[in-house]
Amino acid sequence: MKKLFNEFLKGIIKENPTFVLVLGLCPTLAVSVSVINGIGMGIAATFVLLGSNIIISMIKNIIPDRIRIPCFIVVIATFVTIVEMTMKAYSPVLNRALGIYVPLIVVNCIVLGRAEAYAQKAPVINALFDGLGMGIGFTLALILISGIREFLGAGKLMGHTLIKGFEPAYVLGMPSGALLVIGLLLGFFNLLKERKQ
Amino acid sequence: MKNRLIVSFPPHLHKDESVSKIMWMVVISLIPTGLAGVLIFGIDALWVIILGVISALLSEGILQLLGKRRVSILDGSAFITGLLLAYNLPPKVPFWLPIVGSFFSIAIGKLIFGGLGQNIFNPALVGRVFLMASWPKYMTTFSPPLSAGAGFIHPFDAVTSATPLAILKEGKSAEYISYLDLFLGKRGGCIGEVCILALLLGAIFLLIKGYISWHIPITFIFTTGVMTYVFGQKGLFSGDWLLHILCGGLILGAFFMATDCVTSPLTGRGQIIFGIGCGLITAVIRLWGGYPEGVSYAILMMNAATPLIDRYTRNRVYGVK
Repeated sequence: MKKLFNEFLKGIIKENPTFVLVLGLCPTLAVSVSVINGIGMGIAATFVLLGSNIIISMIKNIIPDRIRIPCFIVVIATFVTIVEMTMKAYSPVLNRALGIYVPLIVVNCIVLGRAEAYAQKAPVINALFDGLGMGIGFTLALILISGIREFLGAGKLMGHTLIKGFEPAYVLGMPSGALLVIGLLLGFFNLLKERKQ
Repeated sequence: MKNRLIVSFPPHLHKDESVSKIMWMVVISLIPTGLAGVLIFGIDALWVIILGVISALLSEGILQLLGKRRVSILDGSAFITGLLLAYNLPPKVPFWLPIVGSFFSIAIGKLIFGGLGQNIFNPALVGRVFLMASWPKYMTTFSPPLSAGAGFIHPFDAVTSATPLAILKEGKSAEYISYLDLFLGKRGGCIGEVCILALLLGAIFLLIKGYISWHIPITFIFTTGVMTYVFGQKGLFSGDWLLHILCGGLILGAFFMATDCVTSPLTGRGQIIFGIGCGLITAVIRLWGGYPEGVSYAILMMNAATPLIDRYTRNRVYGVK
């Protein structure tokens, strides 16, 4: 049980997909304009990760090694389609805000990376906890980045104005601001890691 | 600096100069410009300059203490960064704008790369571009120069006037300002860019003392002039090149920011390429770009190209093919 819990926990801190593995940066850069978008993207990616990790771990013995990547993609695409259709039906506003980046989860390197590096070698239950941990780690990273960007770039948090008279720095709402924030956070976490050792 | 390699070519002559001394000399050369700015725009300009400089020094000191590095606020480089940043701001900006800009210049423009000598981009311009992208409203609201005789009391709180380049961009002619007024700085603009006379005084001082070489400024200004003359508004070879040279931040940028020894090429040939590149980009932005002024973006882009230029213009080592 403790081992499974560690599988879950490593995705959040020790192997955080955004800040340690530095995977899945394209959706991170694109959707981290507001916290709502970040949470939506995070949940969608977590669901896909969870599903694809479980299924791939289940069918790992019948996938021929040479064509494993296309097989993974088919599985992932199935889950992405489910997410996209659900989102269109129940939250069209979020779907419009995330736009092309929902279907693009298919080629999200976190999902494919976990399938390739972990799920195809691990038992189902481990793959499940790995997918969940990675997904939550990705979501938390998105919330952190989008929180900073939304607060400093638009003066709001979750759509509410926090400080009256605060003049937001527009640049943080733009793509260049995303690169800046992610770069600074990456540096900060590396600094913490270095201090710890 | 981890290794104390001397990045130059033989013969290595010793001279009684240090980085710090050169920095303070550049500060001295910038004093007339500041005085002119305060005379032209009034006491507000002085506050912007003081705030910019003090916050640059404080940011550098505090960040170096936090990072447990040697505090080097007295070597003059942070002073220049704050000063140049303030010179790049309009005279009537909110008080926090120079503070935020100076902090960004020092933290992101300089210390993150490892401090003086390791930065890729000119720190003051990094700060200016950040402010420009973040608060364009304040960065492009220029107040007009004080009329003669009004002294330090401004009759209105908020009078705005467009810079000649912005007027030119909108397609109107800027005939109401004579070249002499442009030369003396009687126009709207940033604090340190308007008075060409004061800028040239400082530049000549630096050139005579040998702290900057002619390669970058002359090629930069010449290229911009030629480009704006050839691609004029009324057809080829009809552009008002003198207006383009006297307006905007061209003189300030060419003499004081493009020549920053950290972020410009080492050799003369490299510096000529650098200057021509700056001039081309400036002219392209002014003539066809979305902004009325492009000097700061041009210098930053060429800063990014500097390592490449240095690589291809390396001097031949004596005795080697």
